[in-house]
Amino acid sequence: MLTRLQRDLVEADAARPPGSSRVDLLVVAQMIDAGAKVLDVGCGDGELLRLLAETRGVDGRGIELSREGVNESVAKGLAVVQGDADTDLAEYPDDAFDYVILSQTLQATRHPRRVLEHMLRIGRRAVVSFPNFGHWRIRLQLLFGGHMPQTDNLPYSWYDTPNIHFCTIKDFRQLCEQSGAEMERAVALNAWGKRLRLNAPWWFWNLFGEQAVFLLSRKG
Amino acid sequence: MVDAQLNPARAAVASPREADFPRDSLVVRFGSDKPLKLDAGVELSPFQIAYKTYGSLNAERSNAVMICHALTGDQHVASTHPVTGKPGWWETMVGPGRPIDTERYFVICPNVMGACMGTSGPSSINPVTGEPWSLDFPVITIRDMVRAQAMLLDALGIETLFAVAGGSMGGMQVLQWAASYPQRVFAALPLGCATRHSAQNIAFHEVGRQAVMADPEWRQGRYLLEGTNPRRGLAVARMGAHITYLSDAALHRKFGRRLQDRSNPTFSFDADFEVESYLRHQGSSFVERFDANSYLYLTRAMDYFDLAADYGGVLANAFRGSQTRFCVVSFTSDWLFPTSDSRAIVHALNAGGARVSFAEITTDKGHDAFLLDEPELFAIVRGFLDSAAKARGLTANG
Repeated sequence: MLTRLQRDLVEADAARPPGSSRVDLLVVAQMIDAGAKVLDVGCGDGELLRLLAETRGVDGRGIELSREGVNESVAKGLAVVQGDADTDLAEYPDDAFDYVILSQTLQATRHPRRVLEHMLRIGRRAVVSFPNFGHWRIRLQLLFGGHMPQTDNLPYSWYDTPNIHFCTIKDFRQLCEQSGAEMERAVALNAWGKRLRLNAPWWFWNLFGEQAVFLLSRKG
Repeated sequence: MVDAQLNPARAAVASPREADFPRDSLVVRFGSDKPLKLDAGVELSPFQIAYKTYGSLNAERSNAVMICHALTGDQHVASTHPVTGKPGWWETMVGPGRPIDTERYFVICPNVMGACMGTSGPSSINPVTGEPWSLDFPVITIRDMVRAQAMLLDALGIETLFAVAGGSMGGMQVLQWAASYPQRVFAALPLGCATRHSAQNIAFHEVGRQAVMADPEWRQGRYLLEGTNPRRGLAVARMGAHITYLSDAALHRKFGRRLQDRSNPTFSFDADFEVESYLRHQGSSFVERFDANSYLYLTRAMDYFDLAADYGGVLANAFRGSQTRFCVVSFTSDWLFPTSDSRAIVHALNAGGARVSFAEITTDKGHDAFLLDEPELFAIVRGFLDSAAKARGLTANG
């Protein structure tokens, strides 16, 4: 099962420029149990949901803000609704899902903490992937360039970016503690999409991880 | 002949009419052993349902799709209309190779209760009196329509529907189907609709009804008995309603301020503008195929529709634990059933834990967009049904 997912992702990956943000899909997918009930918040064109349904047999649902993404997803036969993570998660009942996924969307929400808390209320577990603003390249751009960082993954200018709440891995760990989230697993990827050493200290991840994926559950 | 002239009621009864003897349609008659229990607290018996089918039922009886028509629609969804000679009202959506593919699915489209194309309604003959029911016909609700459709399914020996689809009043029936008979509906497509009729929509309907009733030919609803026909009233009702089915942008695009077959205004109350001429045509052609009292009954059924009210005011309770897959679609320029109405459906479905897809389609065609050529809508319906068919175990050929 997983090998097919891996192959799909490797193929998909080959078509993308190096360092493409969607390398995290494989990592996210590996955190999801087969057959689970999953809500993908900010599901884009539904690619992760499709992969999860086809390779892991999950019962997937999605929320997506962009009309194009929604219509593309629905035409693929996915259960995706047009909605906003900031406002619409409140409508979902407690414990409705096994996993709630927030893939590369946290930094674009208005209230990241509230979104995270809703995710942990709606799902037994939450999977969050985000770009790490503590990555050394970003630090260097700000330190020596003196301008807002722009990278391959984060190509927007400061004045037209949808990303309004960047955080570092360190920041996110703090938010987890404050929101009562238990960190079950964490993975950091470097700029080439390779996993950082598992036993590396957090400061190392925070400096060299370009992206991070966290598997969280409710504390207690 | 002489007798008919003396007694117009007899004339109405004597000549076979669509209301009792629908052409190009199948009819199921329910006798006194199978009365229709109505929300109004009475039983209707006997009654009949006229319907059309397209495609063929598979051996497992698992590929049936019910199409619920809108206020002024009928069962002729994908074939030539016997009265107007026009193509079916949803031929872009339903037919061989269409999104609702009749080579794959067995499509059933019944005429709703209270209508005038062969299903029992105010213009049908009341078997007790031998005269048209007129206003003696009991008031019908959306739930009554669906209850009757479920009886039709029973009569056809079909336990579950693969899908139920419809827009506007048809969408209301789809929602009612999913709420009343969740086990009988595998997939539901409510398009451009709401779980309750808004105050504004009730207001528009009331204007239409008053236009009908203000026509002296309406005769307190007894026009069939008295040999008159409230054409003008019904035409005005249709003209007003038709505006609500379009949008400012669509009207402007289609007609602008262009004059009709003239270069200058006539300084009179002729139909100087193209849009006036268009509306007059809409009104006059409508009365050729529709019964004025049916218009009163069906608009009333929509007004009374409030799904949440049947479930303690909590809409989510209507769908709690539902295994049905939903595909809700709204249209950006639909101001009769705006996207917020569809969003309320989606909220309730999510809260009830149902599997729902929801898309809003960008169009300037207004409420009627669900009937028109909207490629994005077709792609969505096709994709949704394909994936539902896979889940249902339907093979490509049904």
